[in-house]
Amino acid sequence: MKVGVVTFPGTLDDRDAARAATHAGTTAVSLWHGDADLKGVDAVILPGGFSYGDYLRCGAISRFAPVMEKIIDAANGGMPLLGICNGFQVLCEAHLLPGALTRNHELHFLCRDQKLEITSNTTAWTSSYQVGQEIVIPLKNGEGSFQCDDATLAKLEGEGRIIARYVGENPNGSRNKIAGITNERGNVVGLMPHPEHAIDTLTGPTADGLGFFTSVLSAMVK
Amino acid sequence: MAKIVVDVMLKPEILDPQGVAVSAALPRLGFNFAKSVRQGKRFEIEVDGEPTPAQLAEVEKAAETLLANPVIETFTVRVEK
Repeated sequence: MKVGVVTFPGTLDDRDAARAATHAGTTAVSLWHGDADLKGVDAVILPGGFSYGDYLRCGAISRFAPVMEKIIDAANGGMPLLGICNGFQVLCEAHLLPGALTRNHELHFLCRDQKLEITSNTTAWTSSYQVGQEIVIPLKNGEGSFQCDDATLAKLEGEGRIIARYVGENPNGSRNKIAGITNERGNVVGLMPHPEHAIDTLTGPTADGLGFFTSVLSAMVK
Repeated sequence: MAKIVVDVMLKPEILDPQGVAVSAALPRLGFNFAKSVRQGKRFEIEVDGEPTPAQLAEVEKAAETLLANPVIETFTVRVEK
């Protein structure tokens, strides 16, 4: 199974995302933002970083990159798509996920190990976890505050589409401590913290993040 | 040559931490007039000649598509002489 990892100008975490995909037993394929070609991949990861320098709004320009047209079509057709950090921002800008990510409520850039609770395991990217399971993975962002209107929030809560919440103090002011959400179909997931930096204890604080990448493998095998 | 100005603001219900930080800094400098401050963006777009209604409609569309994110922001389009 092939997992594409997109590199935009300013992307930082593409190598770690590719390494995580490989570690989980899938084949990582590098995708370039300027090529409208998915190279036959079965799933795509939009990694973290500062694509296009975060100019205008985070993810606002990347969302219109040539590769994104293909990704949006494929995701609408059911292809698993994970956006991490900046990738989550791109997914919101592309309207594949509702809401938006805004400046952290206390303006600080955060970089720390963060405890999360997994709150849905019915998506393509979270099936390896138990609901209620607590995991620790790095959180590093300046604009990670998930915002949406009340109706959207009620819909996300009502439909069980919040896939992870921050445990303890709310680090960035996200509504209802939301760390990650999914679309109605469960194939598109956006997550602010970084599972790709926590796939083994040699390079990360835990191996808790690996489950995101093994989940998509089992989703494709099914 | 005319200038089309697009002003983009966060919707009132969206927290604006930058505006809050600015409004906290003002009294420290002795400026006590502000009840609150909200920070936005301004785009200045130069066009040849007087903007036509079709051009302005295009700018509206561009503002809605790229310059602003209607999920969290509102925008206005106007011509500046």
